[in-house]
Amino acid sequence: MSKKNPEYDFKWCPGCGDFGVRRALEFAMINRMEESGLPIENNVVVAGIGCSGNLVHLLEGEQPYGIHGIHGRTLPVAMGIKSARPELNVIVVAGDGDFLSIGGEHIAPQAARNVNLTAVIMDNGVYGLTKGQSSPTTEMGAITSSTPFGKIEEDLDPLELYLTLGVSFIASGFSGQPRVLARLINEGMNHEGMSMIHVQSPCVTYNDTYQLIKGNAKEGIAPALWDIPEDHDPSDKRAAEDLVRQGGLPVGVIYKDETRQSLDANMNIIRSKARERTVEQLMDAYTF
Amino acid sequence: MQMNDFVVRFAGEGGQGVVTSAEGLAQASTQVGYHALTYATFPSQILGGPTWTQARIRTEPVLSSGDEIDVLVAFNEEAYETHAEDVREGGVIIYNADDFTMTDPRSFGLAIDTLARSTGNNRAANMVVIGALAQLVHMPQQYLEDFVEARFRRGRDNDDEIISSNIEAMRLGRQNAAESGFVLGDLAPPNPPDYTQMMLKGNEAIALGATHAGLKFYAGYPISPATTILLWMERNLVGEDKFAYQVSSEIEAITAILGAGFAGKKSMTATAGPGISLMSEGLGLAWMAEIPLVVVDVQRGGPATGLPTKTEQSDLMGCMYPAHGDVRMPIIAPGSVEECFFAAAHAINWAERYQGPVILMSEMSMAERVQNIPRPDITKVPVEERLTYEGANGYHRYSGYELSPMPLPGGPGAYVANGSEHDEMGDTTHLPSRHIQMTERRFSKLKLLEEDNYESDNTDANIAIMTWGGSKGPAQEAYDELREQGVDVGWYFSMFLNPLPPRLLEELRSKDLVIVPELNYQGQWAGILRSEGVKAQAITQYTGLPFKVSDLVSRVKEIVSEQREAARV
Repeated sequence: MSKKNPEYDFKWCPGCGDFGVRRALEFAMINRMEESGLPIENNVVVAGIGCSGNLVHLLEGEQPYGIHGIHGRTLPVAMGIKSARPELNVIVVAGDGDFLSIGGEHIAPQAARNVNLTAVIMDNGVYGLTKGQSSPTTEMGAITSSTPFGKIEEDLDPLELYLTLGVSFIASGFSGQPRVLARLINEGMNHEGMSMIHVQSPCVTYNDTYQLIKGNAKEGIAPALWDIPEDHDPSDKRAAEDLVRQGGLPVGVIYKDETRQSLDANMNIIRSKARERTVEQLMDAYTF
Repeated sequence: MQMNDFVVRFAGEGGQGVVTSAEGLAQASTQVGYHALTYATFPSQILGGPTWTQARIRTEPVLSSGDEIDVLVAFNEEAYETHAEDVREGGVIIYNADDFTMTDPRSFGLAIDTLARSTGNNRAANMVVIGALAQLVHMPQQYLEDFVEARFRRGRDNDDEIISSNIEAMRLGRQNAAESGFVLGDLAPPNPPDYTQMMLKGNEAIALGATHAGLKFYAGYPISPATTILLWMERNLVGEDKFAYQVSSEIEAITAILGAGFAGKKSMTATAGPGISLMSEGLGLAWMAEIPLVVVDVQRGGPATGLPTKTEQSDLMGCMYPAHGDVRMPIIAPGSVEECFFAAAHAINWAERYQGPVILMSEMSMAERVQNIPRPDITKVPVEERLTYEGANGYHRYSGYELSPMPLPGGPGAYVANGSEHDEMGDTTHLPSRHIQMTERRFSKLKLLEEDNYESDNTDANIAIMTWGGSKGPAQEAYDELREQGVDVGWYFSMFLNPLPPRLLEELRSKDLVIVPELNYQGQWAGILRSEGVKAQAITQYTGLPFKVSDLVSRVKEIVSEQREAARV
């Protein structure tokens, strides 16, 4: 919403990582507007359900289009928009629970189609809106409201998952660095194909990881955050796999495959093979 | 003996030519001016399995697949054993003498494959059968030769060879049947319609109707008996500004067409019961966020996987109320292959007109049957477009208690299409006043879909029949027979089930009893009608097969006499 809406009563907790992601997305959309000359209405933000999905209502300034739909289904909604209107810039915003748990089944097919969209995933390792249940990225053994004796499953590494499923652009970032994040989002938007921007966006109420991410010299905690070195070659899948296995929270572009065509380009190839006929001509095939 | 009606059942193993023979007979007959309908059931497996198809040929339009069989063509012994009892008194059984022999006095053997091979064309087996059938009802040889000429003359070098071998196959079949001594009678000469015709299946009619109405995007997931719509779209809805493809689940199908509908394109998917269950949340979102889209439910039998290749009308409650919360989906349920075309065009128009989801309910028996219909005059089928917003920014998409123009991405009026309860701009809110406004707004839009026209006959009777969907054919035939027998009942039919045409609902409410033949256990449509204040009583059947006309006639008579009895007491 462009100005304060008194009817809208949702608030992020002070210090929530999602504030930084919102800022980054606003920067990225403005950058894109300036670069492409297309109006803000050319953007569609497809939001998941959870704290992070509310980002679509909290954007400040000029407003893009949005869909705030049902839990877990951002990707196929985005695919439908992009297939119908390839000229639109389609952005997915969702959390780790929405995207990786209930919505996990949609990542592989959209990666295979290489849908030209940019997904910004706000990973806080917890279900915040429902008050602190475990998510796929919650550490194994962690005590949460839904795991009173410790989480029973191994935690998922989303970056490894995206690589395995064949996502053609993968970047990793941190909500506390909105300018850096905006750059990654813009690079994802410019990539012809499916772009994943996986963001550590801490939940200050249920899973405050700021100290782990940024480190604390006084307490002898080394930062998990590290910048991907400039000599990393993102077109090299083996190097990308090695990189994500180093652990910690890399910041930068991990993988980028520019050899593949996006869904809309492939749709045009299919179109060129089909023989287009009018309804009357189609009816002729059954007429006697 | 003169015959106006000729019913043949072809039964055997999948792959033996059961379907091609039935469709061949139907095509040959319609070519010369008869009316025909084929009814098929398939086993749910890739190869083989017992299967049968029934073809009914008439001098007048065909309404149902026919209760009694004049001829059974048994391609194997199992088919004979399963279907012999359905052959009417005086009927004939042709058995495949290449496969088995038997001594039923009603039967004669036809060495179908051997005879076909002797013509030098192994693929002419179905023509041997058609020739024999034509002989049994004295259909002139010229009809058959015209059909073969029309079907196989395609400008190939060997056209003549193919045509002559097929004609020879028919001649051999005819000769064998003549030697058997069996005769059923003389099929009355055809009364060729004076309009252009099409011969097609219900699913093809739906695909064509939707395409005419301007469908631009289709996403689907394979499921019997809706798959053929997906395949049709992937071949034909591909071109400038339109596309169709297979997605990974019914959840992807509904959410993808929702995305396309939001983006401004007319979009559709088709599925069957299990897919409807998976789409329920997405349908609720389309209702809530006011996004036009069409879902076709080609019903099959039973809950869960149920009866994937049989017919039933048991999804009505599930389609009208598929989602949690207060919803009531617009429903269009065509009653014939011809109506499938118009229903699909209406469904697309309705979705655009009221900006929301529309469900078109067909069923297996209509999807898979081939029928001759008048070619629709598409210049008389209007195409509607949604009301779009083209003003300046600052517009509120969900303003007011009624339909309002829809902004499209890329243009002015940006908003959030929200599945949470929302305010005028689409922002989430929990205010009671907003939930009241938005709920009333969503239901008020249904008024835009109230149509005025419906079928009715003998409206003075205080008892009426009102079936729905694909049971229309058998019910109509039963109604005609009841009227001939002097039973005083009326007839109503509408493919618009929600909303029902208001005048129709008023008429139904004035009746002492409305009898509702429908293929489900609970009497779902009768139940809905009762909730609308109609004294409705269902005639149910849950066999996986369509109604038999004779069953309907006797059950309606029973109910009518009970009702009259009760009225006297």
